Amino acid sequence: MTQISSDEIRHLSLLCRVAMSDDDVEVMREQMSNILNNISILNRVDTEGIEPTGHSVDLVSVMRDDEVQPSTDIEDILANAPTREGDFIRVRAVLE
Amino acid sequence: MDAATLPALTIHEARALLDSRQVSSVDLTKAVLERIAQTEDKVKAFVTVTEDLAIEQAERADARIANGDATPLTGIPMQLKDNMATRGVATTCSSRMLENYVPPYDATVTRRLYDQSAVLVGKGNLDEFAMGSSTENSAFFPTRNPWDLERVPGGSSGGPAAAVAASECFYSLGSDTGGSIRQPASLCGVVGLKPTYGLVSRYGLVAFASSLDQIGPITKDVTDCALVMNAIAGYDPKDSTSLNIGAPGYTNTLGRDLEGLRIGVPTEYFVEGMEPGVEDATRESIEILRQLGAEVVEMSLPHTSYALAVYYILAPSECSANLARYDGVKYGFSDREADTMWDALEQTRGRGFGPEVKRRIMLGTYALSAGYYDAFYLKAQRVRTIIRREFEQAFENLDAIVSATSPTVAFELGAKTSDPVQMYLSDVLTLPANIAGIPGMSIPAGLSDGLPVGLQILGKALGEETIFRIAHALEQATEWHKMRASI
Repeated sequence: MTQISSDEIRHLSLLCRVAMSDDDVEVMREQMSNILNNISILNRVDTEGIEPTGHSVDLVSVMRDDEVQPSTDIEDILANAPTREGDFIRVRAVLE
Repeated sequence: MDAATLPALTIHEARALLDSRQVSSVDLTKAVLERIAQTEDKVKAFVTVTEDLAIEQAERADARIANGDATPLTGIPMQLKDNMATRGVATTCSSRMLENYVPPYDATVTRRLYDQSAVLVGKGNLDEFAMGSSTENSAFFPTRNPWDLERVPGGSSGGPAAAVAASECFYSLGSDTGGSIRQPASLCGVVGLKPTYGLVSRYGLVAFASSLDQIGPITKDVTDCALVMNAIAGYDPKDSTSLNIGAPGYTNTLGRDLEGLRIGVPTEYFVEGMEPGVEDATRESIEILRQLGAEVVEMSLPHTSYALAVYYILAPSECSANLARYDGVKYGFSDREADTMWDALEQTRGRGFGPEVKRRIMLGTYALSAGYYDAFYLKAQRVRTIIRREFEQAFENLDAIVSATSPTVAFELGAKTSDPVQMYLSDVLTLPANIAGIPGMSIPAGLSDGLPVGLQILGKALGEETIFRIAHALEQATEWHKMRASI
């Protein structure tokens, strides 16, 4: 049985910056433990000497000439910003 | 021409009426909008209906038809799953996080369809960020199966599959990360294709698991599927994983018999828990393929049972990285109540994402975190290699592999929502194709207890033409694709 603790869930929620109530933590602990148990089946597969696959197709670096091209309209982009000031997105203070 | 009968037509039937000037694109579009008005309160397949835009686009399509430069999709009303960017039209991913997001650009697939003067009637509902198998994870409302409104349409492209099945559009585009085109197509009795990874551009598709995601058509028949693929497949410099090859014309292989084709039936794909009615319909379809001239062989894909575990490490890992961008700063939902930057970030994500999305972000964060990376993420990538090789070896002697698309027909709303693992098992037959990057199609293959069963046809990488040939032959030999939900 893979068991995950409530403290581990709280630590993960901090790592991925998703706020969780104590009730959320408990539900998540149960569900993740169950999912991890199902996933542990992979330990039965012998993968000695097998290379990992990241993508199913071979990736190549895509290059292009560094030419100036028309870009997305600034107004269109800023229209989605939660808060703005002039042509800038307004954010909370990063340094207190 | 009775306008009420128009929405049930296929693309190629509607094309003939447009080309012979028996109907206009505005006629077709109004008929579809009327159909949406009549059925949508029951089916709930749309997040947004773009009525005004559709009429405007239909008028432009009619002008193009009058000029004599119509293309196969000109003037045909369609829907897009709501995770594909449409400039000026909200693209929500059925998430609170993107409820008010209006993209400043079009996805490449959107652009390619617009270039043909296709008509957008709206955006299709989905499981939030395409994570789910029933469309019950939509943050807005569940979509219902047009064949039985108490049942789910499948997912995550449940809106697109239900909309096509209910004739609320002529076709739709879905996205498929683990079965999200094929499984809902199966449950709604329509055709759905997940192309080879890299064949259709992902530019403007909201990212979920980038090494698995692929866009494809959901249509009423195989010919329509080929017509839509002709429009959307092909190289796109804006997607770094786009295959730089010329896309063939998929309509060319339709109408050929199956003589000389070798089709494999993997024993592992008759999984434990498969409904007897699904197994019967699958075996009946396979028998028809044999009668049509294909050589059918039993074979084995022994690592199939590990695909689900590989998927539920890789997809959440990639999702946890992709969804890190939702920070409430640049666009999307933003918590305004918290006092500090960090609190605001955590509250934005805690309130903006639904339970399944959070579960996958957490699972991915776990699998990628220090101490677990080798044991989970790398291990899954190594088993991915084994699964991929298993398919490659199988296709050295086979032209296609067939199975059921889903172990069950459409299930009742709420039946699997309390147990994520049960829900994940819905995709057990479809997700190996995503892991291997190969194409797969689901086509109607009869009914079980009055509900549609789908047959899945898998091909080798870039083997879409063979899939179309088999699918079309089976379709022409049966009446299944003519069955419509009686809504």
